[in-house]
Amino acid sequence: MAREITYRDALREALREEMDRDERVFLMGEDIGAYEGSYVVTRGFLQEYGRKRVRDTPISELAIVGLANGAAMGGLRPVVELMTINFSLLAMDQIVNHAAKIHYMFNGQFTVPIVIRTASGWGQLGATHSQTFEAWYAHVPGLRVVMPATPKDAKGFLKSAIRSDDPVMFIEHSLIYRNRGEVPEGEYLLPLEGAEVRREGTDVTIVSWSRGYYLAMGAAEELAREGIEAEVIDMRVLRPLDTDTVVRSVQKTNRLVIVEESWRTLGMGAEIAAAVQEQAFDYLDAPIARVGSVEVPMPYAKNLERLVIPGKDEVVAAVREVLYRDLAAAR
Amino acid sequence: MTSPDGSRTKDLTLGKDDLLHLYRQMVAIRKFEERAAEQYAHGKIGGFLHLYIGEEAIAVGAIDAMEDRDHVVTHYRDHGYAIALGTDPRRLMAELFGRSTGVAGGRGGSMHFADPEHNFWGGYAIVAGHLPIATGLALASQYLEQNYVVLCFFGDGATNNGAFHESLNFASLWKLPVLFICENNQYGMGTAVEYASAVREMAKKAIAYDIPAERIDGQDVLEVREAVKKALDHCRAGNGPFFLEALTYRFRGHSMADPEAYRTKEEVEEWRREDPILRFRGKLLAEGVATEDELNAIDSEVDAQMEEAVRFADESPVPDPSTLTDYVYTEPVAVR
Repeated sequence: MAREITYRDALREALREEMDRDERVFLMGEDIGAYEGSYVVTRGFLQEYGRKRVRDTPISELAIVGLANGAAMGGLRPVVELMTINFSLLAMDQIVNHAAKIHYMFNGQFTVPIVIRTASGWGQLGATHSQTFEAWYAHVPGLRVVMPATPKDAKGFLKSAIRSDDPVMFIEHSLIYRNRGEVPEGEYLLPLEGAEVRREGTDVTIVSWSRGYYLAMGAAEELAREGIEAEVIDMRVLRPLDTDTVVRSVQKTNRLVIVEESWRTLGMGAEIAAAVQEQAFDYLDAPIARVGSVEVPMPYAKNLERLVIPGKDEVVAAVREVLYRDLAAAR
Repeated sequence: MTSPDGSRTKDLTLGKDDLLHLYRQMVAIRKFEERAAEQYAHGKIGGFLHLYIGEEAIAVGAIDAMEDRDHVVTHYRDHGYAIALGTDPRRLMAELFGRSTGVAGGRGGSMHFADPEHNFWGGYAIVAGHLPIATGLALASQYLEQNYVVLCFFGDGATNNGAFHESLNFASLWKLPVLFICENNQYGMGTAVEYASAVREMAKKAIAYDIPAERIDGQDVLEVREAVKKALDHCRAGNGPFFLEALTYRFRGHSMADPEAYRTKEEVEEWRREDPILRFRGKLLAEGVATEDELNAIDSEVDAQMEEAVRFADESPVPDPSTLTDYVYTEPVAVR
């Protein structure tokens, strides 16, 4: 049996189930307790679990993650909330130089089972609060990076992330917390790997993840009305990156559009495109198209912000381009 | 005065065996480091090599004051702690040689020794990066009610880093059982304290976070031991962190690549008169605890031990290339 719940509720269920299952699981972060979380994911948790397990912290991102690293090495299962991914940059040293290295550097003698929950997103928040950095973390061996789009994935991945002995960057999105989707009744876990074909199609493959997945689906529906059948792939996990699923799809559709909310330069799309040209060069009937943000710091004004972030129309346009539709029409 | 008589060393209250143990541990560190420098010159050791020579009394005094359940987290000048904790020097030298028999299987090197069996949670090479980790380990102690204290060693340079201040605030706020031991050797690499820190006494920085702090003579192994014992009692009793600033000096360069342009020969000579080993040796002789012959015998035994460590390292195999991608993750993940 499945039911429809929001992305936010799916996260709450995952946290509750894991905290009830294992005393060693605890939460720490800025304003997660008394304030109930910037995106209210942890509403009610402080009353339910108390200050020992729901720990409000000072505004010290570096030490928040560092303490979590040490606590994890010492046998705990910390789930850190970094208010937004912009602030994760203050913790970069603990994430990249420590969490990602300690297991390898000390020859497997220690493990660092931490989960860092954080959120991408924008909404007239200006240049320092509107960034999308999944590619930065996906670059680093030793980290697992997941970026679920659906409530079902959000819950299953978060539970698995908490049980994983590896450090996990768990990237949410402020604009999809209210999205609803089917989530199974009862307990389930999802392996922290593998892309998923969400919509089958024959004419073009559209790849995205997180909020971009919804853009891709919206574009696919619009394109279907004019007889273009797009295959939509939700990448779900960005490290390890499942390019095999993309390659198989491109071998069928021969065209690829990658949708990302970040700047395209050195982004996830560049990596996916490289993998496809390495493994499916002969199958491509058009250059791979990447839809991403305009490469500026995010402006505040609503009209300018809208120009920066790609929308459904840009995805549809990119699909037409790889199908040479406008060219065909011009003839 | 070139051979200290030990008169500025704390009074001897320990039994002879314990005193000679402290002496042996300090000599072991000194001789390990001397052999490491020599092997570096022979090209057997690569990368960075930071020697602990001159600072031995801190590691030895502090670790001797620990209980078996306590844990150690340190900066990258980490050889001395491992030796004081009882790690086999053969496995340490093998790590420097990049061999599979090393304490980190040849993956860590000089800056990343670790030996969980001897409560050594690693040497870390980003200055101040290990302070939050040590504080987090102390959080695990408190959370799981395991009642161990974490000894966290770092240099004066680390006290100017944000990670230091964030960690001290956290430790004090949550009353975590962590003992911060600042080894003030007066230089952050080649920059003297007066050019790097607005506050010359590092202990004052702890007071800003309401952490009790004390400044001690880091060249006196007995003073270090006594101060650390008291500090550990404080932490173990649930009073939160404690901070010790041990004044010391590194006799060698920052690393083997250091031409030491930033300090004078006279200054180095002056501090060499405060050699922690010579001072302690002088005290043991002056008080009639041991004879020259007894101490020389210890020196010779340690010499032989380090000779064996070099031989072991040299004869050990390099890491198997097929293990290159092991331990990136805890479960198999395809690594490209």
